[in-house]
Amino acid sequence: MAKPESELTWRDLEIGSIVTEPGNASQYRTGDWRSQRPSHDFAKCIKCGLCYIFCPEGCLSQTAEGYFEADLFYCKGCGICAQECPTGAIAMQQEEE
Amino acid sequence: MAQRLGMEVSVALGEAVKLADADVIAAYPITPQTHIVEHLAELVADGELDAEYIPVESEHSAMSACLGAAASGARTFTASAGQGLELMHEVLYVASSMRLPIVMAVVNRALSAPLSVWGDHSDAMAVRDTGWIQLFTENGQDVVDQVLCAFRIAEDRRVLLPVMIHLDGFHLSHVIEPITLPEQTQVEQFLGTNQYPLPLHPNKPVAMGDFGPPFIYTETKWAQEVNLRKSKEVVLECWQEFGRTFKRHYQPVEGYHSEDARVLLLTMGSFSETAMTAIERMRQNGQEVGLIRLRLWRPFPFSEVRRAVKNAELLIVLDRAISFGGPGGPVCSEIRSALYNQEKRPKIVSFVGGLGGRDITVDGFEQIITRGIEIGQKGSEQEFEIFGVRE
Repeated sequence: MAKPESELTWRDLEIGSIVTEPGNASQYRTGDWRSQRPSHDFAKCIKCGLCYIFCPEGCLSQTAEGYFEADLFYCKGCGICAQECPTGAIAMQQEEE
Repeated sequence: MAQRLGMEVSVALGEAVKLADADVIAAYPITPQTHIVEHLAELVADGELDAEYIPVESEHSAMSACLGAAASGARTFTASAGQGLELMHEVLYVASSMRLPIVMAVVNRALSAPLSVWGDHSDAMAVRDTGWIQLFTENGQDVVDQVLCAFRIAEDRRVLLPVMIHLDGFHLSHVIEPITLPEQTQVEQFLGTNQYPLPLHPNKPVAMGDFGPPFIYTETKWAQEVNLRKSKEVVLECWQEFGRTFKRHYQPVEGYHSEDARVLLLTMGSFSETAMTAIERMRQNGQEVGLIRLRLWRPFPFSEVRRAVKNAELLIVLDRAISFGGPGGPVCSEIRSALYNQEKRPKIVSFVGGLGGRDITVDGFEQIITRGIEIGQKGSEQEFEIFGVRE
């Protein structure tokens, strides 16, 4: 979208609010829904990739060293990665305002 | 020349859809709409209409299939009634919010329970706020003409909204009337082709019916409201053009002996024709009565209604639906709202009648008007009266 959200008027909308820019959902920050964030202890990480597979947001990616990290722009803090991690390498920490 | 032939109104409606050369018809049969979709299915099966007929498993699916068809730019038609219209209820909002030019005939039927396949306007009133353009029709010719107009209005670049054509179940849908079907070439010229501006197409991907978070939802609804209100200009323009081409003329609000009438009756749909006979008879007996027929229901024709009733002393509104526990008939409520802030306005009396297929005869209309005049003079303790109920 060309304008910031707060400046969009009803006149800026396409017919029927059609979205003409493919893939612009990637601009939607779902990270601010989060009340907890995953914190990684890479010393315990065995690089199995279960967190990557289970993440419902698809926001985890593998680093050059082979570890997995969440993109906090999208991470909703659901905690599934921490729940599934077989070595307890991921802990959920309270977000602070 | 176009011939004037006796035919069942439902069949004539199907023929009008054929004349409009619809591309997709997705419908589920339900009484009293059945003959329309049966006829269309036959036309498609016999190769007389080159369209995709989608026999769906429910009305919810019917309207959903119509969304997809209209979104791809196809000229799309469906029809329903009563419970079927209720089953597709949530999808009706989607059609209008997504600005998809679907045309639907609603063969008005009472809602259960008790089960009734017969006509009244309770199904129509339940979908009042769905954002569709809505027209009420009085006779078979009217129905055919409005089907053609509906496609033109819906697909107009300035409108792009779905249109509902209401016709009374059985009282109108199943009667045989003399009807003129226009020539194919005239219809083609009148309608042109459907040119949906942003159709689903792999060359230009778009997302339709996306989600609208709080930061934008209000704007989407206001855009929709502005658009529906403005569609009235196009409706008027379409009826003018229709009149020029086919020599039959339609107005949002139509009168009958209404100009000088002190007492006005307001009706919608096919009962208006019986009411006209009653008015005629009362006129012959020297009573200054007249009739107002509301044709355009959405967008509501505020200025036309105000103009039509401004010289009357009393306005009697007949509804064929009840707003349970409310102020009376839903149409009467709207008329009251439209007139409340006017300096000069008639007294208003609300009647509900003709429910679940019960007839109102010419005598019946006379009784309603006579009782309405009495209430106008003496007042009533009730918000509305129900006509013909056995006490």
